[in-house]
Amino acid sequence: MRFVDEFREPELISKTAEEIRRLAGSDRHYRLMEVCGGHTHAIYRFGLKDILPENIELIHGPGCPVCVLPMGRIDDGLSIAQNPDVIFAAFGDMMRVPGTQGSPLEHKARGMDVRIVYSPSDALKLARLNPEKHVMFFAIGFETTAPSTALTLMRAKAEGIHNFSVFCNHVTIIPAIRAILDSPDMRLDAFIGPGHVSTVIGCRPYEWIAQDQDKPIVVSGFEPLDMLQSIVMLLRQLKGREAKVENQYKRVVPWEGNRAALRAMAEVFQLRPYFEWRGLGFISQSALRLNDKYAAWDAEQRFEVPGIRVTDPKAAQCGEVLKGVLKPHQCKLFGRECTPEHPVGALMVSSEGSCAAYHNYEHRKAAMATSLTSIA
Amino acid sequence: MAHGAGGKASRKLVEGLFAPLLFGSTPGPLGDSAHIDINGSTVAITTDSFVVKPLRFPGGSIGELAVNGTVNDLAVSGARAEAVVVTFVLEAGLPTPVLEAEVRAMAKAARDAGVRIAGGDTKVVEHGKADQMYVTTTGIGRLLHGVTIDPSSVRVGDKILLSGPIGDHGITILLARGELDLEADLRSDTRSVLPLVETLVHAAGPGVRWMRDPTRGGAATSLNELARDCGLGMVLFEDQIPVRDTVRGACELLGLDPLHIANEGQFLAVVSPEYADAAINALSLAPGGGEAQVIGEVREQPAGTVLVTTRYGGSRIVDMLVGDPLPRIC
Amino acid sequence: MCLAIPGKIVEISGDNAELALVDVVGVRRKIDLGLLQDDRPVPGDWVLIHVGFAMSKISECDALDQMNTLRALGEIDGAMQEVQGYGLEDEDDIEADDVETAQLKISDADLN
Repeated sequence: MRFVDEFREPELISKTAEEIRRLAGSDRHYRLMEVCGGHTHAIYRFGLKDILPENIELIHGPGCPVCVLPMGRIDDGLSIAQNPDVIFAAFGDMMRVPGTQGSPLEHKARGMDVRIVYSPSDALKLARLNPEKHVMFFAIGFETTAPSTALTLMRAKAEGIHNFSVFCNHVTIIPAIRAILDSPDMRLDAFIGPGHVSTVIGCRPYEWIAQDQDKPIVVSGFEPLDMLQSIVMLLRQLKGREAKVENQYKRVVPWEGNRAALRAMAEVFQLRPYFEWRGLGFISQSALRLNDKYAAWDAEQRFEVPGIRVTDPKAAQCGEVLKGVLKPHQCKLFGRECTPEHPVGALMVSSEGSCAAYHNYEHRKAAMATSLTSIA
Repeated sequence: MAHGAGGKASRKLVEGLFAPLLFGSTPGPLGDSAHIDINGSTVAITTDSFVVKPLRFPGGSIGELAVNGTVNDLAVSGARAEAVVVTFVLEAGLPTPVLEAEVRAMAKAARDAGVRIAGGDTKVVEHGKADQMYVTTTGIGRLLHGVTIDPSSVRVGDKILLSGPIGDHGITILLARGELDLEADLRSDTRSVLPLVETLVHAAGPGVRWMRDPTRGGAATSLNELARDCGLGMVLFEDQIPVRDTVRGACELLGLDPLHIANEGQFLAVVSPEYADAAINALSLAPGGGEAQVIGEVREQPAGTVLVTTRYGGSRIVDMLVGDPLPRIC
Repeated sequence: MCLAIPGKIVEISGDNAELALVDVVGVRRKIDLGLLQDDRPVPGDWVLIHVGFAMSKISECDALDQMNTLRALGEIDGAMQEVQGYGLEDEDDIEADDVETAQLKISDADLN
């Protein structure tokens, strides 16, 4: 696969890992946060932790839009789809996320019309094909995905398709990073910056991280060589006592971002004054809703929703794991009450949530390592 | 709903509910077929239900799956299918040509597999049930000589073999459903694996410890089941696992792992190191076996687990599937 | 967030040329080019695809640059040794810039 396989070349990976070991030395501990859930997934999928030195710690950030979605919002979306004339359309990622009455897939088993779509435009297509029904698209995602929802709404408006609405849960990344840095328990050295969000917002929005917070940030691609190269660049900055924004993912990320995408977002969305992030609490100006021009396509305005806030069980430590303060296995419920089959918190449901990734990919290796060392 | 997908939920249903209540005193791991002793002769018997949407897809249809699936379950348990009986549950209103097409497909598949369709039954249920049709096949066969399938015979150092590329069937079905608007030149791999199994047994019978056809839940689920049953670790070498480019492309696009995708014409085998070379050579020279590969080996650690390793030293654990593989965008 | 895959544009269609058929090793899908209207791709271009929309054009030039930079990494040691060999600097004082400059020199040398 072009533009994929080159960045997975084993020899080059080994070589870059060697360079990391050389740069990292052994005299200090480095704490690097990868903000984006896609990076968390890549770390586990490619086994990158196995080839990084011990003194580099990767801390998983809150960039998982499914994980930070409060359960109450899922309940709201599902309540709209209780109406037999409504088709609930969402990405596969949402299908197993539990609301208080079950997940979308569980609702489907009980008779709700639930469809998996790959694209918001497929949801609009469903509306065209089913004129007697109403299609409600449950939108999630950061700035990577929001422009596609926006463009789809613009097309719906242009074509006069009215049996279509969006239940909007789009969130923005900068407030999440700010919340992390504002957290008193946080001790981070640098950031691996989100690669695909940056194709939309560019690299400028991260400048305050380097200038005001004095932390290096490298916008990174998702292949093993991308992430390893980003770590090389971060280590060089840290060793040189620099703090700046760098773009490792140049082949895809324009420094100024994607103007057309930003225009589409401005056309359709406005910022909510505040929004609740599961695990992080209420954050102001951190989420999007449809603006007045698109009120007719806003599911929250067309339908009544219960709007009930659902708090997580006190024992679930999703917040601390999200902020990187705790490792997944340090949460009391991890692997016991909370597993991928019966998740208590959303970090266990989404495959890129830290807990699910850790559970699926990592913790048995850790157990194996422990058992081996205890024999030795 | 997740209980039929072949992974953890299915296993719980079978082991937690069916086994204690139905299978009574049969101890030990559940294999692909049961071996019954009748007047001194041992007969293998197995049954399977087939539910697929759409009924017809590139490379096959429910009829072929129903025949090949049962022939394959017998084959990987070390038996040659002799006869199959079939049950149809049909949705009222199903057009006759649709049914006829499937019956013809089954007849052809049976001829190709060298197995008799000895009888069957049909029931019709009301419109809205049965997704057009459900098919169940029960197969009976005689044991192949020179091979004993037993997960507890698996040893550290054994090699893990795969008969050919994985993911073809599951991705074909996913694309054929049309919901994702993807097109690819891909076909289901549905076929009888009996000839290849017989080739393997002939070349390496005494060294064959275990076989399975990785259907729902994919190769990851089958190997996890083995890892659990024998208490050892299944270590796979990522770049030795055969996957077609198109399957890989679809999986990358949708965020799926080929190891979790269903196959209908492949099988896994664990073979002792002394026989592994003979096994892979014989398979790769046999018709339809040209893409067979050694994909890994059995190790002590990580016990009870499937681990995929890369050439650069990275590794990841691959668990059993929880429910159907779902496309993701994150 | 953000599963996005590179795909090659095979053909452009749609009333306003806003759709494209992309190919990802033989898997094809129509995607929306609406986010690239300021810099329209043509058949043969590679784009990054996310949820059925093209997010960005992929620069082959930058990709090649990256590969060259990575390949030159091992030679940094050589460059460092060279710098140290003159006995002019302490190892600790070698700045990130020096290393990068040496690296660029090597990758330039590679290209010439």
